[in-house]
Amino acid sequence: MGFKSEPMTTMTPLEDKNSLFTPEIRSQIDKWIGKYPAGWKQSAVMAALSIMQDENGGWLSREIMDDVAAYLDMPPIAVYEVATFYSMYELEPVGRHKVCVCTNISCMINGSDKIVDHLEGKLGVKLGQTTEDNRFTLKEVECLGACGGAPMMQIGKQYYENLAPEKVDEILDGLE
Amino acid sequence: MANEVCFRNMDLDQPWLLEQYKSRGGYEVLTKILTEKMTQDEVIELVKESGLRGRGGAGFPAGLKWSFINRNSEASRYVVCNSDEGEPGTFKDRDILRYNPHQLIEGMIICGFAIDAAAGYNYIRGEFWEPYLRFEAALEEARAAGLLGEDILGSGFNYDVHVHLGAGAYVCGEESALLESIEGKKGQPRFKPPFPAHYGLYGGPTVINNTETLSSVPVLLKNGGDWFKGLGVENSAGTKLFAVSGAVKNPGVFEVPMGIPFSELLELAGGMKDGKKLKAVIPGGCSAPVIPADEIMELNMDYDSIAKAGSMLGSGAVVVIDDSVCMVKLLERMSYFYHEESCGQCTPCREGTGWLYRIVSRIERGEGRQEDLDLLTSVGKNIAGRTVCALGDAAVMPVNGMLKHFRDEFQYHIDNKKCLADS
Repeated sequence: MGFKSEPMTTMTPLEDKNSLFTPEIRSQIDKWIGKYPAGWKQSAVMAALSIMQDENGGWLSREIMDDVAAYLDMPPIAVYEVATFYSMYELEPVGRHKVCVCTNISCMINGSDKIVDHLEGKLGVKLGQTTEDNRFTLKEVECLGACGGAPMMQIGKQYYENLAPEKVDEILDGLE
Repeated sequence: MANEVCFRNMDLDQPWLLEQYKSRGGYEVLTKILTEKMTQDEVIELVKESGLRGRGGAGFPAGLKWSFINRNSEASRYVVCNSDEGEPGTFKDRDILRYNPHQLIEGMIICGFAIDAAAGYNYIRGEFWEPYLRFEAALEEARAAGLLGEDILGSGFNYDVHVHLGAGAYVCGEESALLESIEGKKGQPRFKPPFPAHYGLYGGPTVINNTETLSSVPVLLKNGGDWFKGLGVENSAGTKLFAVSGAVKNPGVFEVPMGIPFSELLELAGGMKDGKKLKAVIPGGCSAPVIPADEIMELNMDYDSIAKAGSMLGSGAVVVIDDSVCMVKLLERMSYFYHEESCGQCTPCREGTGWLYRIVSRIERGEGRQEDLDLLTSVGKNIAGRTVCALGDAAVMPVNGMLKHFRDEFQYHIDNKKCLADS
């Protein structure tokens, strides 16, 4: 068989992992490591990146990715591969609130174009941009699996469904 | 005859709580299996007999999948639940996670018992934060009640279920990409064979089923295979969750018997929104070829009927399209999606999906050329069947469906540089 499923290794494992992250972060990551079989702590890489992204105001720096690699005994390139592959990881700074608006088919049929226009007008930025005061980043996303509430968007971890321009105003005005 | 299987507790106040799930006979089947010492083969045989087919899209017989597992393998065996719901138009598994998580857990334990698994993993898409918390809370309840962990219900069976959270990648809904993702890698599909049943998660024999499939197991075991079969029609056993969205008055997830006429399903969803006219329907998620209104109104919603009409039941995601929608613009959005989500591993898909998107896009902008319609077909032929996974085929099918049924709209765009739907 040509294909073999094996964890990646690093030539130079870091001995003292306590120099990385705070004790709270380490214990959060360790909880994820505990879910996977011994020898497979790299399975926790996605969780570790998500935890650190939240901790770092919504994005991942090269230094953070290197620390995650060191903590999980992975080559840094393997962590970069993961961080660049999945759309929820941000590799540039983002605003305090990441507004992810779905424009896929069910939302489109229910007028997501108007929601995007409204958001762009209200925030004064285009899709993919961050407001000057760093409060909002506006992002177009693919189907978020809430088509029954189309059009919809996600801000942070929260879904907002059955949107209309007035409702969007209310939601955004209610945020810090 | 609705809400018989995955949604059977929807009328309860807080159906996601263990105590409420138990009030409807929850975990009774598991208890019976573990304490009355039913054999693993008996469980697999019952699932086979029920005719349950995979609810994620491919419709592969679930019992058969379980029977492929070699329980004497040297490597540990795993159960993986695919809750990476990402096929545009699909939003049914989210409701199972939110409202009936214990039934999924019970199904995952039963499957774990049947293949003697070391552990189960539920891969939940990263955006589903609220459903993830709900499912985690249910896992905690189950552990505290001795339904997960060491020596479950005194049976000697050790097994736990964990969540793996995704981080945004449609392709991870493909089973081998999903396994790669759990192993801490970018989600690029594996070449098959070997199939996951032989060489799956961490190299061990693995059953991967969709959320709805695993959630159906406790109920069909409780009521029997014949009961389950009796709910549906031939070759499409049981009920199915249909996620109806688009131009309908009351979009939502409806659990109804397989084989229900589309016209009845449309009525359940409140009919057309704002008095609009039905133009077409995508019957099984974005990747399923579109079916025009006059045809779909005569069709029943089961695997064979939809296949005969040249489409597929897929995940049961029914996207209703009204006559104000421009099919060129709709296809442009769909083609953009596949281009965006192609993992980049296979050249025909990585490059081909970009070609499809750019060609449809220029037709939409009024810059299309007459030869573009044949070019779309030709690009499609060079993608389909030439890639490691089905994402390439999934990108081609909607293009072919649109060209088959709505070619005139594409032609009108090329000839008149504007939309037929607007004029």
